[in-house]
Amino acid sequence: MNKLLEENVNLTVLVSIGEHPLSKRPRRAEQDARALEIGLNSPDTNLQVMHAGTANNAQTHTVLKDYLGMGLPEIKVLTVPQETDSLAALTSSFTDSSPDIILAGMRAENGESSGMLPYLLSEKLGMAVVPSITEILSVDKKAGFAELLQALPRGQRRKVSVKLPFVATVDMAAAAPRQSAFGAAMRGKITVVDAIATDTTTTNDAPPQWKTTPAQPRPKRLKIVKAKTAADRFKAATAKAQGGGGKVIYNNQEAAEAILKMLKEEKVL
Amino acid sequence: MSNLFRRDPRAQWIARNRLHPLHVPEGQLAQRGPTGLLRKNVHAIGFVGPNGLKRIDRSGAAGSVNQLTRQSAQGSKSAAQEEIVLPLHKVANPDFYILVVVDGVSGRLSSHDRDTLGLAHKLATQGAHIDNGALIENSLLVENNAAFDKGIEGNEASTGTGVDAGAGAGVSPGVGAGERTGAVVAVFFDTITEEKLDTAGIDRLVNFEGNEYQRYNPEQRCAGLYKLVNQLNPKHILFPDSIHGGADLGRRLAAKLNTTVASNVWKVNGNQIVCRGSAGKTDITRPITNVMLLLEECSEPVSDTRHECKVLEQPLIPPPKQAPDQTLEQAITNTYEQKITDLGNESVNPNDINLAEAGFILSGGNGITDWEQFHQAASILGATEGASRVAVDDGFMPRERQVGATGTWVTAKVYVAVGISGAIQHMQGIAQCEKVIAINTDDSCDMVKRADLSAIGDSQEILAALLALVHKPKNNLERDSKGDQEIEHTAPRDTSGLNTHQTTPKHATEA
Repeated sequence: MNKLLEENVNLTVLVSIGEHPLSKRPRRAEQDARALEIGLNSPDTNLQVMHAGTANNAQTHTVLKDYLGMGLPEIKVLTVPQETDSLAALTSSFTDSSPDIILAGMRAENGESSGMLPYLLSEKLGMAVVPSITEILSVDKKAGFAELLQALPRGQRRKVSVKLPFVATVDMAAAAPRQSAFGAAMRGKITVVDAIATDTTTTNDAPPQWKTTPAQPRPKRLKIVKAKTAADRFKAATAKAQGGGGKVIYNNQEAAEAILKMLKEEKVL
Repeated sequence: MSNLFRRDPRAQWIARNRLHPLHVPEGQLAQRGPTGLLRKNVHAIGFVGPNGLKRIDRSGAAGSVNQLTRQSAQGSKSAAQEEIVLPLHKVANPDFYILVVVDGVSGRLSSHDRDTLGLAHKLATQGAHIDNGALIENSLLVENNAAFDKGIEGNEASTGTGVDAGAGAGVSPGVGAGERTGAVVAVFFDTITEEKLDTAGIDRLVNFEGNEYQRYNPEQRCAGLYKLVNQLNPKHILFPDSIHGGADLGRRLAAKLNTTVASNVWKVNGNQIVCRGSAGKTDITRPITNVMLLLEECSEPVSDTRHECKVLEQPLIPPPKQAPDQTLEQAITNTYEQKITDLGNESVNPNDINLAEAGFILSGGNGITDWEQFHQAASILGATEGASRVAVDDGFMPRERQVGATGTWVTAKVYVAVGISGAIQHMQGIAQCEKVIAINTDDSCDMVKRADLSAIGDSQEILAALLALVHKPKNNLERDSKGDQEIEHTAPRDTSGLNTHQTTPKHATEA
């Protein structure tokens, strides 16, 4: 399926530490695991998996082992101190290694999870960015193009072609990731690389002003009645919701015509 | 016969009896009484309400003046049903701009877009409302407006300078020009088909038109926006954080502008915003940012004012040659370089689409006798197959196809229920569907009550008639390329029947 010519494509997958929505336990981030699945399914690529964050942390270690269990020989860890923005470290690392494709999830599962990292990275590196892909159809390194499948609302897909070095974020509609195997996880290696340039200028200065609380349920929107008179308010309170005004047709042929007309009006045919 | 004069004793009796509820007095409302005094004819005032009681509406509401006679009272009733013309909110000289880039899917404003515009309107008028007492400058011009009267009365030194319309202007001479009122600038791409544009809260309109905007090209859209932002210098830039493009475009622009950005914002309190972090697990309260990506229902949409929707005049958008710094020029050309090319939508097997997000569902229930025909109909119409619980229990459909409270809650635009009478669990599952079409033998069942269109009769015959109708135009007319494509990819599906239920997407190019 994936057509690759001569030189192998350098594909880098960025993985992060996920968080289970209920138990809050660290886990494989769902979208990152899907990105890795796409990476593993692309034959003849130099796959590199990278994580930027604190190394030598028990939680990080277990999650990275989960990723390794998908059948990876190695994960690179860029050590970035807790408060420092990982963007600078990633940028400097990528300017050295210059991968052709960088895959990442759409947004992190903890922290701010703004989903800005792929965009900032692409801006810094001068690469194109393709959002919410589900599949890499083909990569032609010689011509410098890749064909991707992008997820659209309502389960639709769009095919796009993109110039070669590019960043892509992986949608939840992509193929589910394979299971993590314990043996493979044991065989895999975690290599710690010290981040070359730790720019202190890029640290987030905002967080001291930020206040993080557990998510409150959002209030349901109420139907606001802006009636001027009591009669209007009464009407709004007692009036039945409109409906039941559906058309009923007893003749088969007429019914079929009416159904066809409605389907065409709704533009589903 | 018709020439004969016939007496109507009842009408004559009513005309004589001025206490009769149907009595209509001949003269005016006020008449001379027997003593020569001017007397009000109380029988002519008011209307007969429910229970036959006479009611007089003294609220002063529209139409209450016209309730003098029964005939005119009926007239006032219809007048009350007429649409009320909302007051026009004009911003003559905005001090700042709030830029809103709407999704505008197929040229229409979604409710998400309207919420975003509502928030933008709040942000634009916030300054004027907060410090109303020490109002320095207010270029708000409100015509026949009740809602904004207070704001203008509070402004004591209002003269009416510098505004073209003049009448009723609430503009005071600027003592110290502070930022007070802003204009909401809405950006549309491609053509606008929205009909109720004026009630959405758009003061100024920018429309990027052209063939290049009809396709998916986020880079060009971003470049256009980048140019606009550099010329307008808006205070805030708002995007709906939606899969329809806003989420992507907003992040793209924020990265390009390198400013403060917040995503998943769902509440704005003055200078504080609340956004969802950790993929929805936490709330982060933080200072307001320049670029904001807003969640649905972040604010109430604008509902009580009309807005101008003035197309932003050309002098405000100078050609890029006049841009002062070279870096801007460069940045624009850099952005303009198109790296992504849209190759068009892929045809997706409708049965591969997740039932919860499918747009068109053909659902079968107990009333179906010929399941082969049902599968054929689904593949020809291009519908995703659904089923009721009975059909699943009887083994005609797989469990993951079940629609309802115990199965999948669907959000389809069109839901066709064939032979489903509508158990309450099933009705819950289809509550969010826009249009429901019922095909059933029983015209008193719940599904027919819910449906927008019901066909009563044998489902097999009606489906056969429908399929014949769908096939007919294809056979008669010349096949266009699109029609050919459809036939191509429906042909293999006809034979596959039930076997095509796959969880992972599979595409025509691979097949």
